[in-house]
Parts: sequence; C-alpha cells; structure tokens
Amino acid sequence: MLAYIVRRVWQMVPTLFGVMLLLFVLFNWVGGDPSYILAGKNLSAEALAGIRQQLGLDLPLPQQFLIFMRQVLTLDFGTSWSTQQPVSALLHSRIGPSLLLTGSILLLGTVLAIAIAALVAYLRGSVTDRLVTLIATCAMSVSALVYIIAGQYWLAFKGGWFPIMGWSDSTLDNLLHYLPLPLLLGVIVGLAPDIRFYRSCFVEELGHDYVRTARAKGLSEPVIMLKHVLRNAMIPVVTSLMMSLPYLMMGAMLLETFFGIPGMGKEVVMAVERSDFPVIKAITIYIALATMLFNLLTDIVYKLIDPRVQLH
Amino acid sequence: MPHTSTTPPAAQHHHNSLTRIGWRRLRRDRIGFSALCIVGAYLLLALAAWSGLVASHWQDEVAHPYAPPTLFAGAAPHHVELNAADIDAADRRATSAAALDSSGATGLSASEDPLAADLAAAQQQSAQYRSTEQARADSLPLGADQRGRDVLQKLLQGSATSLQVGIAGALLALTIGTVLGALSGYFGGLLDDLLMWGYSVFTSVPDMLLLLAFAAVSGRGIGTVVLVMAFTSWTGTFRLMRAEFLKHKGREYVRAADAIGAGHGRRMFHHILPNVSHLLLVQFSMLTVALIKYEAILSFLGFGVGVTQVSWGAMLAEAPAELLQGYWWQMLAVTLCMSLLVTAFSLLSDSLRDALDPKVK
Repeated sequence: MLAYIVRRVWQMVPTLFGVMLLLFVLFNWVGGDPSYILAGKNLSAEALAGIRQQLGLDLPLPQQFLIFMRQVLTLDFGTSWSTQQPVSALLHSRIGPSLLLTGSILLLGTVLAIAIAALVAYLRGSVTDRLVTLIATCAMSVSALVYIIAGQYWLAFKGGWFPIMGWSDSTLDNLLHYLPLPLLLGVIVGLAPDIRFYRSCFVEELGHDYVRTARAKGLSEPVIMLKHVLRNAMIPVVTSLMMSLPYLMMGAMLLETFFGIPGMGKEVVMAVERSDFPVIKAITIYIALATMLFNLLTDIVYKLIDPRVQLH
Repeated sequence: MPHTSTTPPAAQHHHNSLTRIGWRRLRRDRIGFSALCIVGAYLLLALAAWSGLVASHWQDEVAHPYAPPTLFAGAAPHHVELNAADIDAADRRATSAAALDSSGATGLSASEDPLAADLAAAQQQSAQYRSTEQARADSLPLGADQRGRDVLQKLLQGSATSLQVGIAGALLALTIGTVLGALSGYFGGLLDDLLMWGYSVFTSVPDMLLLLAFAAVSGRGIGTVVLVMAFTSWTGTFRLMRAEFLKHKGREYVRAADAIGAGHGRRMFHHILPNVSHLLLVQFSMLTVALIKYEAILSFLGFGVGVTQVSWGAMLAEAPAELLQGYWWQMLAVTLCMSLLVTAFSLLSDSLRDALDPKVK
C-alpha cells in the first residue's frame, strides 16, 4: 500500500510540471504583454519598461519559466496585480466561505439524492419512478443560471424569506442568515443529475443474482435494500463523490457571484475580469494539486470499500 | 473473379446495414424520434438565421422599451417612458422647491452653476434638430427588451448563435480527441505516454476553471469561444477513442488489412474508425449539450460572445435587472427555448446509444 502511494505521488510530478507549462504558455505567451493592462492610462515607454522589469518580462522565456517554477514550489505567487495583496493571503481568506458553502451543498445534496434514488430504484417501473425520472430530466434541462436568478428574485426579493445577498465575519450569522438560500439553490441544481446517476447504480445492483438469493433466503426487503444493495451501489457513488471533492475548493462559482460570497469561485471570476494573472495561476495550481491528491484518495477509498479491487 | 468482387460490397453492405438497423431502431423509438424531430427543427431555424432569412433585423428597436407580450398586454407592469420635457419639468419643480427652501443650501442658483451656460447652449443647439422616430409597437408576440428590440427575433438569433457555438465546438473537440486518441491507442509506446501526459494535465484542472483561464487570455467573440471550448473538452473523446483503438488494433480484420498492405493511416481511419463511429455520434450529441450549457454561463459572466452578438447566455444576463422591474418575458422565453433543445438533445443521446449499440439485437 505504502509503495503504491509513493509511486502515485511520484507520478504527480510530471503532471504538475505539465500544468505549470500549460499555464506558462497561456499567460506568458498566448496572453501577450500584460504590462499594457497594468500601465492603464499612464502609458509611457518608461512606465512600460518599469513594469516589465518589475515582473521579469524582460528576461528570456526559459528564465521566466524558472521563476514561475520557483513560485509554485514555494507556493508564493507574489502579489495580486489589482489589489496588491499577497496572493497566498488572499486565497487563504477565500477558502473558508467556499468550503462552508460547497461542503454543505455536497453533504445535504448527497444524503437527499441517495435517499430518493434508493426509493425510486426500489419502486422501479412504477408511476412514482417514471414521474421522478421525468421531473429529473426536465429539471436537468434548465440552466443553473435560471434557478439562481429565479430563486434570488422570488425567495429573497419578493418573498423576503432570505437576505438577497451578503456574507458576514461570524460563522453563526452566515449559517443562520446568509447560507440557507445559496445552499437550497445549490442542492436543487445538483439534485436532478445525482438522482438519475444514483438510480442507475441502484437499479444495476438490484438486477444481480445475490439480490434474488437474499430474497430466497427470506430476508426482508429493508434488509436487502440497506444491507446488501446499498453497500454495493455505494462503490460508484463514493467514486463520483470523491471526484467532485476538488470542486469544493473552487466553490460554486455562480452561487458565490450571485450572492456576494467571498469565496474562491467569485475570486476566479473577478480575477479573469481584471486580468489578474497571478491570482488565476495560483488558483489553477492549487486546484490541480487538490484534484491529483483526491484522485489518489479515491483509489485508496475504492480499495477500502471494495476488497476485490487490486491496486497496482 | 467472384472472389475479388464480393469482398468490398460485403463490407459496404455490412456497414450500411449497421447504420440502417440503428436508423430503424430510432424510428421505432417514439421518444427518440420526436427528440430527433425537435433537434432537426432547431437546426433548420438556426440555418435560416445564419443565412439571414429570419431574424436578421434583431438589433432594430421596433417597440417601446419593455413592450409586453401581446397576450399579457393588459396584465404586464406598465412602463413609463420619460421624455426630455418630463425631465425638464421635474427639474423645474426641484429647482423651485429648492428656491422656496429658505436656507437655500441645497441647490445652486444659475449664476453659481458652472455648467449652466454650456447646458443652455447645448439645449438651444439640440432644438435645431428633429429626430425622426419611427412608430413603435405597443406590444410584440414575445415582448421587447430594454431597448425595444423584439424578443422573438433575439431568441431566434440567440438560438442560432448558441447552436453554432455548441455544434462547432463539439465537432472541433471531437476531431482533436479522435485524432489524438487514435494515434495514442494505435501506436502506443512513447507517443502514447506523451499524449497520456497531456490528457492527465488537462483533466487535473476542472473544466470551468480551464475555460476561464483560456478566456482570460483570449478576446471575445464566437470564434474564440468555440476554440476555447474545443481545447478544454477534447479529453473525454480522447480517452474513449484511445481505448477503442487499443482494442481494435489487434482484431482480425485490422490484421487482415495489414496483410493486404494497408498503411497505418488507412488502417486507422478507413478500417477502424467506421467501426467505432457510432460511439462518436453519441459523444457528439452529449458534448453539444454540455457546450451549449457552458456557453450560456460564459456569456452570462461576460466572457462569451461579443457585445454585437446575442446568445442565450447574453439574454439571460439581462434577466436579473429586468425581473427586478417585473419584466419576466425575456427570461421565460430563453428558459423554455433552451430547456426544450437540451431535453431533446439529451433524450436523443440516450436513444442513439440504445439504437447504435451493436450488442442489442
């Protein structure tokens, strides 16, 4: 097991190098000269030269790449171009709200989706099953934008049941006031695809021979469902859950933008709007690292819940 | 002589019959066939919009701002349009109120106002011109937007743009994914390692973040959006095609092709590709839906199509401000139009998968 983990971590090195190369090509080559953006209205030859020297843009490209590599290895991405804050401090303050929002959406959404999917799969072929599948298909076709716009308008602005937007420094205040509506909308948006996917997992398991054997032994339906089917159906469910964990860091970008939640997703959107390259690069590196770590973790958890899996 | 002539027609016949079986299954599948008809209708409308047959005048301001849909002309919130005279009157009221106020601390008198002389001159000059306003409609079938543009025309043009971005992006992504996947799976070795490295790099960053990073360095416009989407979403097709080519390259028919002297390129794209193309059709249909949804979000955030173009996302971007004032028609029209297409495309993907599955008899 340890040898496996060491080998997998070792394999991350070339991937991380590739992500660095991709970002470097994007922002230092395709993106053109950012000093024009930074100089703004004070466009003069000296100002441009000064900015280029400050950013190291006057150096040859390989040397610039080495500087970028050093930034990644020390996780010190300099200062934001738009606010002059250190990027690491900026991201440090953004990760909390994102984790709170996305974590609660993931938790509540998964519990609800598994419960509904198990019920619907048990009643497969019935009117309830067809109705839920039909509603889920229709719900999936509506853009997430529409749910958020409509929810914010009717539930917060018209209904007045929630604050329209905002975030506070106290976690309790956030949980009680500002979180509920984004949480509700996030769960609604994610519920339909999750139910459809989990339902197919459960239905597939229900068709296996061991279910018939369990019935033949005279086990009650709840025992078959909860003890036999659920445990087997959890394997793809847990995999898809683990794969969605890196998105936790990125947060629900649209929800954060609409509700003014100072998280990573909103930061990305603002950084793209302001051409704040250091912030975009830093967030992309962090998310890529998280994705690779969670992929490894997925495989380990996979082994833990399914002893048949051989890691190699 | 019979030997030499029977082989190619047999292969041709087999290929045709597979497609024909799939088509026959799709025709029998009531849901799948109606989905196909809806997608076809959208495509025809989009073609008409691209060629300028319909909705080429979507930018004309043909109605009063926020003119309601015809059916709801009575029930819709009333839009009050202020003209210059109204504003002047309100101005005069405000100034006289300020003059009545004994303290006089709030308003500026004409002698103190540094802009008064310029304003008077400007008003005099503007009085010389007369703007020729065309008669504007009070209501339209689907209402009007803030500038009085016809929502129906915008919707048609927007559908065409969104479909164009979705289809072109999906085709390009599919091409990149298929070519790279074929090379990787067929040749293996060092090339495979290199391409797999590229694959792992692109998949280690979430799609939306990658899209935004690409959008940060590129400009706006339909062409850019298509390129950005293709560069970020080829990975799924790549993995699929790599696995298929890996599986097929050792099969007997490929080795037979090798024996009769077919080159690598011919074996890959003439012999193997037709045998896996049914997977590509399903992949294309799924990718188009995903890209249409991505385009809406990108355009909504302002990183999508340019300001002179209209798409579903650009229309939805106007919705929050409109809703606040009670003008719901543009958002409803876009939502219904987009949902219908996305539902039809998803159902079509499912039906295609079933119809083209060679294992199902």
